Amino acid sequence: MLLETFLISDEQVEVLLSDLLEQYGYDFTGYSRASLKRRITRLYTMDKAVSFGEFRYKVNNDNAYFKRFVEQITVNVTEMFRDPAFFKRLREEVLPMLGTYPFIRIWLAGCSTGEEAYSISIILKELNLLHKSLIYATDLNPAVLERAAQSMFGLSNMKQYSENYILSGGTNDFSSYYSANYSLAKFNEELKSKIIFSAHNLVSDHSFNEFQLILCRNVLIYFDRDLQHKVLTLFDDSLEELGYLALGTKETINFSQVAKKYKRLDAEKIWRKMG
Amino acid sequence: MERCEAFIIGGSAGSLEVLLKVLPVIDAAIKFPIVIVIHRKHGTDSLLPDLLSGRTGLQVKETDEKEELKAGFIYIAPSDYHLLIERDHTFSLDYSEKINYSRPSIDVTFQTAAEVYKDKLACLLLSGSNSDGVKGLKNVKEWGGMAVIQDPRTAQVAYMPAQAQLNVQIDRVLKPEDMGEFINLLSNRKPQNE
Repeated sequence: MLLETFLISDEQVEVLLSDLLEQYGYDFTGYSRASLKRRITRLYTMDKAVSFGEFRYKVNNDNAYFKRFVEQITVNVTEMFRDPAFFKRLREEVLPMLGTYPFIRIWLAGCSTGEEAYSISIILKELNLLHKSLIYATDLNPAVLERAAQSMFGLSNMKQYSENYILSGGTNDFSSYYSANYSLAKFNEELKSKIIFSAHNLVSDHSFNEFQLILCRNVLIYFDRDLQHKVLTLFDDSLEELGYLALGTKETINFSQVAKKYKRLDAEKIWRKMG
Repeated sequence: MERCEAFIIGGSAGSLEVLLKVLPVIDAAIKFPIVIVIHRKHGTDSLLPDLLSGRTGLQVKETDEKEELKAGFIYIAPSDYHLLIERDHTFSLDYSEKINYSRPSIDVTFQTAAEVYKDKLACLLLSGSNSDGVKGLKNVKEWGGMAVIQDPRTAQVAYMPAQAQLNVQIDRVLKPEDMGEFINLLSNRKPQNE
């Protein structure tokens, strides 16, 4: 898509961000601007907005459009078993360790349409741990959570996901986890039975439980350093001693004060809280 | 161009050979950062920086998010993320949809850099088989920057620079053997030479 870089100015981005905060209580002011501006410009073009004034009016006064706006300016791209080496480490080291506990609580923050939640559920099932686990999968965006709860993904993705699954150490027939239904793959109900999808905004909401594993992958990249720091503190407050924190391939805790409490597992972006 | 503050190179199929030829020529005292966005397969991450750093005295590194662009560094876009440049001359990463079937997309880096560096930006588009980078180069021109392409006749796959030539007002068309020296000249240029 051709992005006309002149369509929306930096000032107009700020105007929209303060509208969102005042009108709806959604705070995007700690988000990195280049990505946000690209996505706003993309939406503006896609929806053939006539003028900035009209666009802004719709965001402020049309609730359905506001939802669309939030969904479109946040990035919801994800896949099952993305970065297979990471999921292999979960399967071979992290989850078996947590399996020694009577009960496993996992928080998947920024779960988007749920692909990672089902991936974790599959591993837990294969490790025979699913019955005593609970996965809290949260996102700020109610629309993606609704989709996640349907446990249906495009059938055309399954080849890729199956390859990822095998690379991550999976040995079952991946297609046994879903049934094909026209262009969709509907995942087995059992996988969803231990996932709770609910709305949580990392920017404004507080800690709601204590977990042994928190995953938040490719979310922090959209935040500025201050917000990253704030969110890492939230994770630290929500993580038990000896619990694990997992971030995306290009994310780190090193710049933050919480870092000194954590020890990284070699080669992966997984840290263990050492107290 | 009065003063170059950032130089960005985009390329796809057939561009690695060009980079291997160009990097050794670049002056170690170069006065701006060089950013390289080339399409590659996901999962071959660490190989490219290693390969390129063997060809230059400059520091080559895969870009981290929030990292500041500094003169004398060669930054490589990580595979499977878009690489964006912020107002404050830091990088940010983005895992949004592929653009032109590509992530990283050259368009994304060119476009975000164009707005930040305006007339102090030069972008070079190399060999490649799709048109990623062409729109970005157009944006670079709109914001007053300099658009440079590899001479399509010297490109292993001419499509990408040829498309740029068709659609964008190109400032310079260069053969691989002239690119390094061109970059050095941008660094040494005095305002009165304009």
